[in-house]
Amino acid sequence: MTAKENNQKNSKPGILIYGYGNPGREDDGLGNGFVEAIRSWVEDKKLTNIELDSNYQLNIEDADIMARNDIVLFVDATEEPIDNFCISTVEPSDSRVEFTMHAVSPAFVLDICQKIFKKNPLTYLFHIKGYQWNFKEDISPEGKKNLNKALEFIKPFLLNPGSFHSIKDDIAPCK
Amino acid sequence: MSKKITIEPVTRVEGHGKVTIHLDDNNDVIQTRLHIVEFRGFERFIQGRPYWEAPVLVQRLCGICPVSHHLAAAKAMDVIVGAGTGDGLTPVAEKMRRLMHYGQVFQSHVLHFFHLVSPDLLFGINADPTIRNIIGVAMEHKDLAVQGVMMRKFGQEIIKATAGKKIHGTGAIPGGINKNLSIEERDHFLKGEDPLNVDKMIEWSLGAIEFFRNYQSKNSELIDNMAAFPSNHLSLVRKDGAMDLYHGVIRAVDANGKKILHDVDPQDYLDYIGEEVKSWTYMKFPFLTEYGKEKGWYRVGPLARLNTADFIPSPLAQKEFEIYKAYTKGKPNNMSMHTHWARLIEVLHSAEMMKELLNDSDLQKNNLETKGNKVYEGVGVLEAPRGTLFHHYRINDQDLIEMANLIVSTTNNNTPMNKAVEMVAKEQMDGHALITEPMMNAVEVAIRAYDPCLSCATHALGKMPLEISLYNKNNQLIDRKRK
Repeated sequence: MTAKENNQKNSKPGILIYGYGNPGREDDGLGNGFVEAIRSWVEDKKLTNIELDSNYQLNIEDADIMARNDIVLFVDATEEPIDNFCISTVEPSDSRVEFTMHAVSPAFVLDICQKIFKKNPLTYLFHIKGYQWNFKEDISPEGKKNLNKALEFIKPFLLNPGSFHSIKDDIAPCK
Repeated sequence: MSKKITIEPVTRVEGHGKVTIHLDDNNDVIQTRLHIVEFRGFERFIQGRPYWEAPVLVQRLCGICPVSHHLAAAKAMDVIVGAGTGDGLTPVAEKMRRLMHYGQVFQSHVLHFFHLVSPDLLFGINADPTIRNIIGVAMEHKDLAVQGVMMRKFGQEIIKATAGKKIHGTGAIPGGINKNLSIEERDHFLKGEDPLNVDKMIEWSLGAIEFFRNYQSKNSELIDNMAAFPSNHLSLVRKDGAMDLYHGVIRAVDANGKKILHDVDPQDYLDYIGEEVKSWTYMKFPFLTEYGKEKGWYRVGPLARLNTADFIPSPLAQKEFEIYKAYTKGKPNNMSMHTHWARLIEVLHSAEMMKELLNDSDLQKNNLETKGNKVYEGVGVLEAPRGTLFHHYRINDQDLIEMANLIVSTTNNNTPMNKAVEMVAKEQMDGHALITEPMMNAVEVAIRAYDPCLSCATHALGKMPLEISLYNKNNQLIDRKRK
């Protein structure tokens, strides 16, 4: 049973938190680390409307899990010059972003979701600033600090999903 | 005046390729080169690590086909722990690994066909790029797009069930596996709610082949001739000559079907395969040493596999194999674009193999691991989606890896991809002074037939555009286009 189906009885919107990246490449795994870090908190709070997923990269089949939720929060590492973390609203885009790449963007998956499954979840991309990208499993100390700040920021919104509409009021938007 | 055209995608960390096309004063192509930045640092990185970590560590190398690296490393470590060279695992261990592998091949090939190739076929390679993607397919042929998405999902779920998790799976360990398949997991795949069951996957695989065959029959001039060139072909085959994507002996045939590498043991690959280094690229050029650098290069991947195998050991794929082989009157198929046809036959074969394995009660057995007398060196070879993948390790007395050598599928296809680019460039660009969209598309489509993996180790963030830069013979930039 999906988070959304599980919570139809209490009418809470289904929320998908999807971290992506390669955790074998230090801070490239910030998105995956975010999902793992929030898992125990979600379980402690019994937030059965929240579904957690993680992978190396996004791909076309992720449109299916998106379609089964009302709010989608993608979490990814970034090396852009931002402070700690930032958030952007994802709008659907049908532009193919790869040459022979085997991954797709959040905007592309959202577009597939809309066109194939006729669903339009409120979708955000949470960027967490990373610093190190070598062949190591651990997130860097600086990256970990940003991850913890991002976790504390997002928790109130997960407890009160209705507030997601104003999430960008509380955080610097991504450039 | 000599000019150079560069096609260069951009990625976040490493793993990118570019095409340079050199033109003379008459705008005739005088040289082409496909540059792929292969990451070689991994082989050094893994030195000094305990051997049993290798099957998990190597997944850091590639987020695109981590299962292939996971299994190739595990196969090499089977040798090191004394579990034999392919025949020493328990039935449940070998069959769980095979199920994982067929799930990987299935989902990888499906992504390539439905996401990257079918838009080219449906809309034409010169169609507007904004519709030449799976979303364009979804708008015009929703059934095909849905099939692509759900077939990918099925393959991913097979991987998760066999590897334990989607990221850094731990299913394969030196000498075996660490889990079997529960009855509940098995029934999920055998009897899952439509469309997520293996019978539907087989049905859709047959449909995809029919789709391609229809397209090919109406567009044979393009499909048969684009980037077609004679070559050698290399892959694993089962000892009886059957297609086997997980284990076997190494066979190579020439462009006319003559065997030029006679079913040799993968442990001895260094006796038969060399790697040439060229100054303009980090990626090596493998070749059969007996035939030298000029004549010994070969193709790997679906096209090669259907040229080396005598038959396919699953009934529906075998039937399609016979149709495919009849098209070239039993001779090797050297048409690059027919790689898509071969790839779809492998999709069907993988689906059939998944069904056969899911119905095998060995998958519920509990004798997961084999151990024997440890040795110091092991080679693991398998047929990854893109072609033959070699992992070779040597350990020391402290059980630490002291040498690693990897030849990945895209490296094996280095020379053929360069040949394909050269052919298309000469055909499309000779006499043209301008960089046009159709020119770029043709080069891209020719490379794409080989499904090269340009993004080792991490995903790219943001766009990965194609960029064409035009230089004169003095390396001065005179034009640049990006899409």
